[in-house]
Amino acid sequence: MAFNPTARQTSLIKAIVFLAALIPLARMVYLTVTGQLVEPLEFITRSTGDWTLYFLCITLAVTPLRRFSKWNWLVKLRRMLGLFMFFYGVLHFMTFLWFDHFFDLAEMWKDVLRRPFITVGFIAFVLLIPLAATSTNAMIRRLGGKRWQWLHRLIYVIAPLAILHFWWMKAGKHNFTEPIIYGTILAVLLGLRAFWALRKQAKA
Amino acid sequence: MLIKRSPNGIDLPFSSEITPRELYESRRTFIKQVAAGAIGSAALLEMANREAFAQGAGLAKLPARLNPAYSALDKQTPYKDATTYNNFYEFGTDKSDPAANAGSLKTRPWTVQIEGEVKKPMTLDIDALLKLAPMEERIYRLRCVEGWSMVIPWVGYSFSEIIKKVEPTGNAKYVEFITLNDRKQMPGVNSRVLEWPYTEGLRIDEANHPLALLTFGMYGEVLPNQNGAPVRMVLPWKYGFKSAKSIVKIRFVKDMPRTSWNISAPREYGFYSNVNPEVDHPRWSQASERRIGEDGFLARKRKTLMFNGYSDVAPLYAGMDLKKFY
Repeated sequence: MAFNPTARQTSLIKAIVFLAALIPLARMVYLTVTGQLVEPLEFITRSTGDWTLYFLCITLAVTPLRRFSKWNWLVKLRRMLGLFMFFYGVLHFMTFLWFDHFFDLAEMWKDVLRRPFITVGFIAFVLLIPLAATSTNAMIRRLGGKRWQWLHRLIYVIAPLAILHFWWMKAGKHNFTEPIIYGTILAVLLGLRAFWALRKQAKA
Repeated sequence: MLIKRSPNGIDLPFSSEITPRELYESRRTFIKQVAAGAIGSAALLEMANREAFAQGAGLAKLPARLNPAYSALDKQTPYKDATTYNNFYEFGTDKSDPAANAGSLKTRPWTVQIEGEVKKPMTLDIDALLKLAPMEERIYRLRCVEGWSMVIPWVGYSFSEIIKKVEPTGNAKYVEFITLNDRKQMPGVNSRVLEWPYTEGLRIDEANHPLALLTFGMYGEVLPNQNGAPVRMVLPWKYGFKSAKSIVKIRFVKDMPRTSWNISAPREYGFYSNVNPEVDHPRWSQASERRIGEDGFLARKRKTLMFNGYSDVAPLYAGMDLKKFY
């Protein structure tokens, strides 16, 4: 089933995805402003973390989906989806800095060093920064495609760190259902890439 | 306003002497009508609504005399927050789950079996328990191990009344509290999150401390199901999970009982679990807390107090290293 959107259709699809990606944020704002949450701060912290993870999965699903469906245009959405992951990641980090530490950097730093689950989440967040910073066309040109691609393979480090952060966060309540689900999804998405790379090597 | 005085100071009224709710609410309706009609002030209307909201949910009343010695002066948490945001894993692990799912809990008939190292083991019907000692209202701070807190007016009597009644033997060193474990009424026990039945425990001197409240009601009414109806413990100097809900069995035992959270994560939840700002949870600091319904976005979290501010209990732990016995 070949579907090849025209330039106009692609712009339209991008606009729709962009707006859809803002729905979770709009929902958080709406529920908070209308006073429907008993503890909005906790809800926002959790939701921003959840959506960072969802966008990580969605972004990493683009390449496999494209290969299976032959919808090559999907790749045009990848940058935006990745940047939305970063966007929700920044919000998640901000909730930690704001709600947990009230912008006290020294206190925050102590927490980062002392608590493994925060250390891991913090490293994952810091590693995302160079990826977001080099997401523009100009940066891709400056780095050169090969080096840019190597840098962006950092996501293969970030993904397991994100799962570990989630896993340890849920460990206290022995509530591993969600970390297992998203860990499996990411393992499949990364495993496919490993499989393809190995097969390519064998052929060469 | 009339303040009644007795020779020994201020005489606090029985709840029954307080203006009945219907009358109180009819005044509010009147205020609302005036506000909407004559003055037309939206702000006043809003205020009247909000105040009425802070009351109970219309469950059966549970008259009690306020115990001022055990009543925190902190601002009380709105009823809605205290009854829709809590942990009761038998009904699910989200804090909105208990309110959503606890409707299936049947609180009558209900009996509590008291057994073990006691001279007079007994099985008490909930109605007998309700009449066992005079009801007191106490306004306690509640500190959850997760870092949030509330202020709740509970109704009950000191657990020491039970201890007196059953006469523990010299072998009774600990008390074990066991929660109902019924798949049919409690959807959450199908999950393996914790070992069921939910079990909690205290050293007998802790259980005998007057602050330890055997609790039947909150906000002047019987407990709503999601908050541990029909009978639960409230231990304000310990993290919330130490206070077992919907209790069906109380055992006096010789050895320290195993407790559900300690079995599940021994490094994170000790047997004592006293509120202690100096002993961090492995995954977060316990030095501060957020008061639900009061501390907003622009507030720094408030400092957590040792024993949640209940320094009365400190002698129970004299000489103990509380970093080791967390």
